[in-house]
Amino acid sequence: MMRKIYIPRDSGALALGAEKVARAIAREIGLRGVEAQIVRNGSRGLYWLEPMVEVETPTGRAAYGPVKPSDVPSLFDGNFLSGDAHPLFLGNPEEIPFLARQTRLTFARCGITDPVSLADYEAHGGLRGLRNALSMTRLQIVEQVTESGLRGRGGAGFPTGIKWKTVLDTSAAQKYIVCNADEGDSGTFADRMIMEGDPFVLIEGMAIAGIAVGATKGYIYLRSEYPHAEQVLNEAIAVARNAGIVGKNVLGSQYAFDMEVRMGAGAYVCGEETALLDSLEGKRGMVRAKPPLPAHEGLFGKPTVINNVISLASVPIIMDKGAAYYRDFGMGRSRGTIPIQIAGNVKHGGLFEAAFGLTLGEIVDEIGGGTATGRPVRAVQVGGPLGAYFPRALFDTPFDYEAFAAKDGLIGHAGIVVFDDTVDMLKQARFAMEFCAVESCGKCTPCRIGSTRGVEVLDRLAKGIEPSRQIEIVEDLCNTMKFGSLCALGGFTPYPVMSALTHFPEDFRPQPVREAAE
Amino acid sequence: MQHAGTEIVSAVMPIIERWKHEEGPLLPILNGILREFGYVPREVLPAIADALNLSRAEVYGVVSFYHDYRENPPGRHVLKVCRAEACQAMGGDAVAERLQELLGITFGETAADGSVTLEEVFCLGLCACSPSAMLDGEVIGRLDEDKVQEIAREIRA
Ligand SMILES: Cc1cc2nc3c(=O)[nH]c(=O)nc-3n(C[C@H](O)[C@H](O)[C@H](O)COP(=O)(O)O)c2cc1C
Ligand code: SF4
Ligand code: FES
Ligand code: FES
Repeated sequence: MMRKIYIPRDSGALALGAEKVARAIAREIGLRGVEAQIVRNGSRGLYWLEPMVEVETPTGRAAYGPVKPSDVPSLFDGNFLSGDAHPLFLGNPEEIPFLARQTRLTFARCGITDPVSLADYEAHGGLRGLRNALSMTRLQIVEQVTESGLRGRGGAGFPTGIKWKTVLDTSAAQKYIVCNADEGDSGTFADRMIMEGDPFVLIEGMAIAGIAVGATKGYIYLRSEYPHAEQVLNEAIAVARNAGIVGKNVLGSQYAFDMEVRMGAGAYVCGEETALLDSLEGKRGMVRAKPPLPAHEGLFGKPTVINNVISLASVPIIMDKGAAYYRDFGMGRSRGTIPIQIAGNVKHGGLFEAAFGLTLGEIVDEIGGGTATGRPVRAVQVGGPLGAYFPRALFDTPFDYEAFAAKDGLIGHAGIVVFDDTVDMLKQARFAMEFCAVESCGKCTPCRIGSTRGVEVLDRLAKGIEPSRQIEIVEDLCNTMKFGSLCALGGFTPYPVMSALTHFPEDFRPQPVREAAE
Repeated sequence: MQHAGTEIVSAVMPIIERWKHEEGPLLPILNGILREFGYVPREVLPAIADALNLSRAEVYGVVSFYHDYRENPPGRHVLKVCRAEACQAMGGDAVAERLQELLGITFGETAADGSVTLEEVFCLGLCACSPSAMLDGEVIGRLDEDKVQEIAREIRA
């Protein structure tokens, strides 16, 4: 019997040696003359177990990991093709607690299917959302998305349906769907995982968006740091075009929609939607003042829906199972599920999709299992480089847009970076200022100059020069940046800086030790 | 690889031709040149400006805005090391120090023997396998002393 062996082609798995494992397995198949087929799937997102190899057995999948090339002969000796026991045996992957506890809606197929196999995609529920959409009016589609409660997963949390409605209501000969795949936030990789692991769900989501608002062309603006995602997306788009999922007649309908991938060139600010549009147009990525909204005057001045990868990739399940199904997950005004990315110094790092509402403590301590180094967790940064640092005292905060805002933080793109007790919060605050200085688009003085000043002031503080004066200046600078910046780069850099200062004041006190060490 | 000025210009013409009638052609052209040459030779900018009907200043302004468009030919290898938070949390700063020490250059530099260009990058999306780096487009996670040594060996080979 032809056995399927799944070895991820996800960047995270590749970074941990999946390619060498795949080669070793292919060699062993040849040597032993066994009948087996290698499938390169996405990752399930359990990175401490990657490279995680799965085999399809009559009783379901059996997983082994983390596999090294040198483990491969013993896997074959131990008859892993039949799912037999082995020191790396993990059982049925779906029963691993980290996965069993999740609610996988957007990531339903990620890590299970061959990312560029349309047959796999359809066999696992793909295209049902698009087919349903084709039986509805444009307005009905937009209403479904609105009623689902889906809010933008790129960071700002703006209701997706309302954005779409604005574009639908704006008449123009040409409209665009732009997918923001710039994923610049450190600590985040959900966009990368879905693009590498289930690109069709993004393609389907964009096609639905195009049909809903009357746009015929889509662009995925992808950061240049993601060459593997580029490769998978281009393969998948070609497959989709061949199958008539995108093209002149989407699934044989009267709707036209086609798309292509455009690469960025290394600029964090190009993740900001208006800078992204400038970049797509071939300009410097400068943030535009709003209004006009991109929904009215976006790409090349035309009405444009610009959404994050996860926002768009969540649309197919909503159109498949209905708005109510999605909306029933979550809490408060945060509806549905959110793919939380647990990263940094953590034992069980990876992607955890769950309904909103888990507390930060549950995520970090229970699901993440504490630090990788085994030392106490001291701080976690939530929401990327512009997100606040949370101390353990705030670990009861539920994962919810409003709850985080109430604690002077943000969910952002839902990345959580864990630090142990060796972290120096003054250094982290300095890094936030430095990052802002390097990545500023240069339009606003508070962002461009304030951040550079911030670095200097924190350096003086580290040296113990007039500490209380420096802290006053930092607070002042943060205030100016917060209120005098056009976009969230300058406007939110105060979050990491002020949260570090507020929750970890001991790291900002002049310490004899610190001075002596100079 | 070294090219004389006019040779480079003729080598980029197919890339310009491929894109010039598409929407927003400038970044795809620059990215194409970067892929082909490993840098964006400044002597090709006038040809791009002419083909796209832009001023040279406009094209130069775009090129200088993006971190990727290095001005000089890189070394035979390009090593990008993540310096962002999830990598910091796992000892990334020490790894970065060690790599600079082993390669004998600092970030932004190319080794005198042309073996490698060392660059900083802010997040490779490998934050659950940190600290991370990218060597010639290949991703590497959980950098430790062994892996750092291996990278240095590969670069010197
Ligand atoms: C400096 C900066 C960087 C940003 N980077 C990203 C990014 O990488 N990806 C993203 O989806 N949104 C990013 N955003 C948010 C976008 O501006 C915008 O809100 C988002 O693309 C809208 O899509 P959504 O409603 O689906 O979230 C960034 C914003 C700022 C201010
Ligand atoms: S806040 Fe900074 S990045 Fe944003 S528009 Fe102003 S200068 Fe540009
Ligand atoms: S444009 Fe609204 S926060 Fe930047
Ligand atoms: S922070 Fe280093 S890979 Fe994301």
